[in-house]
Amino acid sequence: MSSNSFAYNEQSGGGEATELGQEATSTISPSGAFGLFSSDMKKNEDLKQMLESNKDSAKLDAMKRIVGMIAKGKNASELFPAVVKNVASKNIEIKKLVYVYLVRYAEEQQDLALLSISTFQRALKVNGRDPNQLIRASALRVLSSIRVPIIVPIMMLAIKEASADLSPYVRKNAAHAIQKLYSLDPEQKEMLIEIIEKLLKDKSTLVAGSVVMAFEEVCPDRIDLIHKNYRKLCNLLVDVEEWGQVVIIHMLTRYARTQFVSPWKEGDGLEDNEKDFYDSDEEQKEKADKRKRPYTMDPDHRLLIRNTKPLLQSRNAAVVMAVAQLYWHIAPKSEAGIISKSLVRLLRSNREVQYIVLQNIATMSIQRKGMFEPYLKSFYVRSTDPTMIKILKLEILTNLANEANISTLLREFQTYVKSQDKQFAAATIQTIGRCATSITEVSDTCLNGLVCLLSNRDEIVVAESVVVIKKLLQMQPIQHGEIIKHMAKLLDSITVPVARASILWLIGENCERVPKIAPDVLRKTAKSFTSEDDLVKLQILNLGAKLYLTNSKQTKLLTQYILNLGKYDQNYDIRDRTRFIRQLIVPNEKSGALSKYAKKIFLAQKPAPLLESPFKDRDHFQLGTLSHTLNTKATGYLELSNWPEVAPDPSVRNVEVIELAKEWTPAGKAKKENPDEKFYSESEEEEDSSESSSDSESASGSESGEDEEEDHSGDSGEDSGESGSESEAGKGRAAKHAKARGKGDSKDVDKEKENSKSSESSSGESSSIEESSSDSESESESESESESRTITKAKEKKTKQDRNPLTKDVSLLDLDDFNPVSSPVVLPTPALSPSLIADLEGLNLSATSSVISVSTPVFVPGKTHVLLHRMSGKGLAAHYFFPRQPCIFGDKMVSVQITLNNTTDQKIENIHVGGKKLPMGMQMHVFNPIESLEPAGSITVSVGIDFCDSTQTASFQLCTKDDCFSVNIQPPVGELLLPVAMSEKDFKKEQGMLSGMNETSTTIIAAPQNFASSVILQKVVNVANVGVVPSGQDNVHRFAAKTVHSGSLMLVTVELKEGSTAQLIINTEKTVIGSVLLRELKPVLSQG
Amino acid sequence: MPGVEVTTQRLCRATLRGPWLAAGIVALHPMSEKHWKSVVSQSVCDYFFEAQEKAADVENVPPVISTPHHYLISIYRDKLFFVSVIQTEVPPLFVIEFLHRVADTFQDYFGECSEAAIKDNVVIVYELLEEMLDNGFPLATESNILKELIKPPTILRSVVNSITGSSNVGDTLPTGQLSNIPWRRAGVKYTNNEAYFDVVEEIDAIIDKSGSTVFAEIQGVIDACIKLSGMPDLSLSFMNPRLLDDVSFHPCIRFKRWESERVLSFIPPDGNFRLISYRVSSQNLVAIPVYVKHSISFKENSSCGRFDITIGPKQNMGKTIEAITVTVHMPKVVLNMNLTPTQGSYTFDPVTKVLTWDVGKITPQKLPSLKGLVNLQSGAPKPEENPSLNIQFKIQQLAISGLKVNRLDMYGEKYKPFKGVKYVTKAGKFQVRT
Repeated sequence: MSSNSFAYNEQSGGGEATELGQEATSTISPSGAFGLFSSDMKKNEDLKQMLESNKDSAKLDAMKRIVGMIAKGKNASELFPAVVKNVASKNIEIKKLVYVYLVRYAEEQQDLALLSISTFQRALKVNGRDPNQLIRASALRVLSSIRVPIIVPIMMLAIKEASADLSPYVRKNAAHAIQKLYSLDPEQKEMLIEIIEKLLKDKSTLVAGSVVMAFEEVCPDRIDLIHKNYRKLCNLLVDVEEWGQVVIIHMLTRYARTQFVSPWKEGDGLEDNEKDFYDSDEEQKEKADKRKRPYTMDPDHRLLIRNTKPLLQSRNAAVVMAVAQLYWHIAPKSEAGIISKSLVRLLRSNREVQYIVLQNIATMSIQRKGMFEPYLKSFYVRSTDPTMIKILKLEILTNLANEANISTLLREFQTYVKSQDKQFAAATIQTIGRCATSITEVSDTCLNGLVCLLSNRDEIVVAESVVVIKKLLQMQPIQHGEIIKHMAKLLDSITVPVARASILWLIGENCERVPKIAPDVLRKTAKSFTSEDDLVKLQILNLGAKLYLTNSKQTKLLTQYILNLGKYDQNYDIRDRTRFIRQLIVPNEKSGALSKYAKKIFLAQKPAPLLESPFKDRDHFQLGTLSHTLNTKATGYLELSNWPEVAPDPSVRNVEVIELAKEWTPAGKAKKENPDEKFYSESEEEEDSSESSSDSESASGSESGEDEEEDHSGDSGEDSGESGSESEAGKGRAAKHAKARGKGDSKDVDKEKENSKSSESSSGESSSIEESSSDSESESESESESESRTITKAKEKKTKQDRNPLTKDVSLLDLDDFNPVSSPVVLPTPALSPSLIADLEGLNLSATSSVISVSTPVFVPGKTHVLLHRMSGKGLAAHYFFPRQPCIFGDKMVSVQITLNNTTDQKIENIHVGGKKLPMGMQMHVFNPIESLEPAGSITVSVGIDFCDSTQTASFQLCTKDDCFSVNIQPPVGELLLPVAMSEKDFKKEQGMLSGMNETSTTIIAAPQNFASSVILQKVVNVANVGVVPSGQDNVHRFAAKTVHSGSLMLVTVELKEGSTAQLIINTEKTVIGSVLLRELKPVLSQG
Repeated sequence: MPGVEVTTQRLCRATLRGPWLAAGIVALHPMSEKHWKSVVSQSVCDYFFEAQEKAADVENVPPVISTPHHYLISIYRDKLFFVSVIQTEVPPLFVIEFLHRVADTFQDYFGECSEAAIKDNVVIVYELLEEMLDNGFPLATESNILKELIKPPTILRSVVNSITGSSNVGDTLPTGQLSNIPWRRAGVKYTNNEAYFDVVEEIDAIIDKSGSTVFAEIQGVIDACIKLSGMPDLSLSFMNPRLLDDVSFHPCIRFKRWESERVLSFIPPDGNFRLISYRVSSQNLVAIPVYVKHSISFKENSSCGRFDITIGPKQNMGKTIEAITVTVHMPKVVLNMNLTPTQGSYTFDPVTKVLTWDVGKITPQKLPSLKGLVNLQSGAPKPEENPSLNIQFKIQQLAISGLKVNRLDMYGEKYKPFKGVKYVTKAGKFQVRT
């Protein structure tokens, strides 16, 4: 075929104009089909030429046309070789279009597709790695989308590499690629799970959603992989992109159902729909129940419920629904109520969203009416709603109906019955029937209403009413002769088979109550028997049989006539039934014992049908899923397990390391610097020790480091292991922590083993420390130096255990480097060669400003100060405290939180800040007026005050509607600071620059126990909002901060001396504040 | 997944379909299809057409259709169906919400989301879908990010591109994709820095025959148009934030600040976006700005009926009510209508039986009315129910709930932005039963 087209093409000379001409003629020619085909080929030929041209614009044009062909569903596969050549194009748009093409056709043209693979590989290779993360990511995307089994190993390798990429975007794409590879070759599962496990530890919010998706796809049963990441996922959730949120929430719902015990009281699992629950009732019961059987919710369970709550406010309906189903399935029943408001909000959305949400509400409203009762009116039907929405709304209204609201509902239903949408009107009639059975008070009213509908002009309405009335009457075997008579009359007019059949059945059932009418009906129907619908014929037979049994005198002949007609009917069901009835009721010699019981058989009391919601049994599907919508199990549906009887071990979720890593995130920029510093100090330490211990060690370590680049991913432990003995490696690690605070002066070499023991006992650290200390005993002297650092570390560990508020940051600083996963990169921390350090140190010195950055406060004292006493404030009380957060109103302001309490028994209205009386230069950002404060209510507002780095008082007036009270805030000097994160080295450098006039110092005398580092730390941060500077010596404590207004540094040093004295030094440009702070700190530190 | 040829995949394609016209399905061939993961045969769509034919009305095509091997989830928008083919369990709202986001993006890029627009821009559509979805999982759906990756088509740009040979496709990863504020692109620069907010409230109501309110609530949105340079950090406060009963936020809003202080604090996306949508609960009394007097009657056994409606202002807070339109879906038996409006103009479409009366402004001195005769099909029974009236109106400079923006502050940037807030009240689903 192709040679043919080539020939053709040569013939035509390739000219565009002639081609067109021939095209036109060929279609007219008798060989029309062939002509069309070849013209198609020719067109592609022209595309091929364009693709081979040198001009990007021509190529681009060709690619656009090809993509257009794909989009229209035309086959463009024969262009594959020509297109693939352009995969390495420099033009990004061409490249992308080629990718699009490749992904579409690679499966069909496997051999040719392989040609392109090397291009992607090149982009992904470690060495030649494309510096553009977008290119790397899209190369991975395309590579993994090429469904060619041969390249599975290449894909695997690429995914592995990408999962360790520095860019979270590339890692996200790696997570996507996992699923693709898995679908291509499920045999890779184990390897892929390993990667998933690794990526699950990733802290980037970008990756979280995608990797959970991969988890759900590849190994949803490996719930054990989630344990360690559970808390992290819960905490990240709010910041994950919306699509990821949906996936994570669904996964966590399943997780929670396997890991926690049920928060629901026993026995109300699924069956509480029988009773009418009002919210308050339920809550009370819940409470009562709690008293009986103490149930305490697992804090992790609570964490999930709490962290998903804000997502109910999401603009994305899928997220809201996901949270709603989470609350429905795992939250205590008393708390699930909050989801109804959000779900009702979704009803304003487009019809598809409405459809799904209404379905879910329908299922919910069956079980817990109370939840949606307040929103009853939101489910009222509008004439403009699509029918499917109308019917769902009706369903919900029925579920919500109770004695209290039924009268309003029935009035509403009356409007619906008249609707022009007959399908909807019919559904309304069904609904009325259901209400009549569920609420006995109104069953008569409903019945009368339905009877009225019997005279409706519309046949569908009448038919539906008949069917419903039949069901109702069957349920209440009371005298309803009148209604039956009325319906008998209808038989003349109504033609809908179901309705006719229903009437006949009803008359037959009640033939003894309407003795005069029944035979007459039989007479009429006998006349029309042959023209009736099969359904009606069967009921005529039934009616005949019943009458024959009860009133054979009048109807014997009629029945026999009908039976004869039935005998020759076309439908075998009817012939069967005729034969059966004849045998049963007409006594003859052959009929056995059965005919005696004929009456009992035909006129037995029949159980009433149950009118139920079609949504009744849907609740065994997880809400919000496709399976729930379809009410069948969809492919890949994951069952929601029942609550376990006993909760599995909750400690599996304890991950100290991860927890801390998570806590680190708010610290912001400070994080980035610390690893760097670690690198220097650690390697330097290595260098120190190797130099001093033995010459043989020094060589390899430093040399191997020398040619390594910064981004080398070798493990530091390994490196030092190469360079020296085993203990060296351990020491390297231990030293790392000690030295984390920066390059310290390593003077004190004489602290001994008791200390190292304490490190063993107090720190829950890895064994490497113990190892190092025990090893070091046997080692050379220099080892002890490193040990003394271990001590510092150990002490701080102790600190951490001693005092709670301090825990976070201190331990963070310690542990951060322990934990490779905590760094944003999955790569292990690289080691630097000593020679490089020297360079970097130089760099570091030059870039001072970057080192000083505001960090989070170490400690926030809960101390509040009285702003306005309730006596002087006529019942309005106000307290303030310093949250030590950077002020949101301006970066020169100190943020102050004011808590207002209303102690009166009346509302206090319009609380606002009146006139301000501020000293020169000071500024204040007031809170927004509070409209009203309920009695006994309290509200917290925040204000920002720029104190201009002075302890002057800010006076202003706190006004209510009626009064004004003058109040003032005087800041303690310690609150005029913001903590700063800096390294020890920088601290010293800065300190050196702030000597002489800028230095104030004093000597403190106190009992030795007051000089425990933990105590000092606690005292200092309590008084002043300073940051802790990691210290290499355990007798020197350093703190750094900057003033809020001017940003000048404030360096505090506490140096312990012999005996029970210590030197307190403060270096700052702002000498006034410095000396005030010194005055405040001194008594605090000296007193026991 | 036994029995399924193509294993696990989520959204294996979004198929865009031609419009449904009254005469039948036009443009049966798929306009555009895009496959992620293995290719799905077009025949799967036949199930969709089947469902479409079964449903009398496009509105009634079920959004979720189950076929032997696939599930079809579709949305209907702007006379187009967007269909996605699903193979495994997935939250249906996830797909629906995504398809709407796709439609929004097309709207954003091409100015309209129509068949013609998609056909004309098939390559961009393809490129967009490529960026928005990877292996069935949404990748980039923020319009700010997409616009950095693929520049929207403009005449100017296509001219420039053809001269310089540059392309429409960005070659670096959008900054937003990596930062924790993915909705904003970096390096935004404007000469005039402006921030406009539109507070739009819609009244949803059902008024019954006697004129009493069956159901009413206010649904509001604040749409923002922000053209500010750099990284502004805005905070918007209300005079009466407690009015807002239920709020949903754009992801940029800091939830904690709202919880504690009832202040909307956010770093905005660049351009137009919906900041919040809210509901003012039905517990509060909702002021209904208009009333309708109506008398519609069909005589028994006669081929005509009377139609008479009058509209008047009520609780309109002293503002004029503008752009009033009344739409009535008349019963099928109505053949024609002969009416005389005292104001505005009316049309009656005998095919769809829709009566539209474009009223315009209400002047209280002379209330607009529409009177006349209705011709019915002779012999047919008279309609059971009177049609309900759908009313549209607009009131400028008023938020009917009383919501007021207190102030807008900007931090993080030095310049002084130009700020503006506009209030509009409209009728939402406002229906009068007769």
